[in-house]
Amino acid sequence: MQANTETTTTSQSELTTLQKHLLNDFQHNFPLTSRPYKQIAEMFGVRESDIINNLNILKEQGFISRVGAVFRANSIGASTLAAMTIPEAEIDSVAEIINSYDEVNHNYLREHKYNMWFVVTASDDATLNNVLDDIEHRSGYGVMYLPMLQDFHIDLGFDLGFDTELVSEQKAD
Amino acid sequence: MDMKVNREPLLPERIQLDEQDQKLITLIQTGLPITPAPYADLGRELGMDEGEVISRLKKLNENEVIKRFGVVVRHHELGYRSNAMTVWNIPDDVVSELGTCMGQFDFVTLCYRRPRRLPDWPYNLFTMIHGQDKEDVLANIEILRERCSLTEIEHQVLFSTRRFKQRGAIYRQVK
Repeated sequence: MQANTETTTTSQSELTTLQKHLLNDFQHNFPLTSRPYKQIAEMFGVRESDIINNLNILKEQGFISRVGAVFRANSIGASTLAAMTIPEAEIDSVAEIINSYDEVNHNYLREHKYNMWFVVTASDDATLNNVLDDIEHRSGYGVMYLPMLQDFHIDLGFDLGFDTELVSEQKAD
Repeated sequence: MDMKVNREPLLPERIQLDEQDQKLITLIQTGLPITPAPYADLGRELGMDEGEVISRLKKLNENEVIKRFGVVVRHHELGYRSNAMTVWNIPDDVVSELGTCMGQFDFVTLCYRRPRRLPDWPYNLFTMIHGQDKEDVLANIEILRERCSLTEIEHQVLFSTRRFKQRGAIYRQVK
């Protein structure tokens, strides 16, 4: 089973101002230009290598999962949210079955009669259905299948609430 | 136990992508290289020049196959340690209007309509609400209820108690 990564090596309070800006300011509209990290460096008056090093540090420490694309659900491949009702004593063993599939990218225990909630993503509907059937077969419990029908979310990233005053100061210099 | 679930897809139409787009998507799922010229590096693996990689990514952005392109943070590690999947049973004729209202708040990171599974599951709108702790999440849900005319709408708040797995989706390339 995938480790439950509850520990971090650095706390949020130890982040530098530059790191906070990298986390907060580039969640969307990341530069689609030849030298994107250089372009970001110029905004802060630092070297390209400072941006590259800091992004690597943030990634290693788990603050960033990646720099890249968030795809609209179901725009490529097939995916669904799924839920199961699993008795307390079997939670670990069923979680292990669910997590064993590469197609499962999220799996959470939640406080509800339906307590096991996971997301399955596959290249096509047939593969998706096979994974769901297989999980039902191996666990012995039914899967409630809840595909997305409509997306109402405007994804502009997540405001981390950092103080961004320093950016305007630097820009004013 | 009921193993017979309805698996009719009922999914929105998918945008047709050519083979080069699919290869590019497969390659960038694990993230953009953190190197001086990341698009040129991607292009080298795909047999495309840098300009083509950039223009294809711009197009995928424009037609919203890519919802957002940039730094993907992990909420939990950044102090947003609590999240609740909050589900709502909204009359079909107002679900678009109320869903659109909820989808604008930045503490809402997902806002999807999904099918009801009656009689067990009457909820048709799913929101993921983040906060620094449980109280913060509940306060955010109250903000939504007031601002989006949801005070009369039945809902349930499902806090997560354990995380077994969390990573970006991996789509295999369609052959």
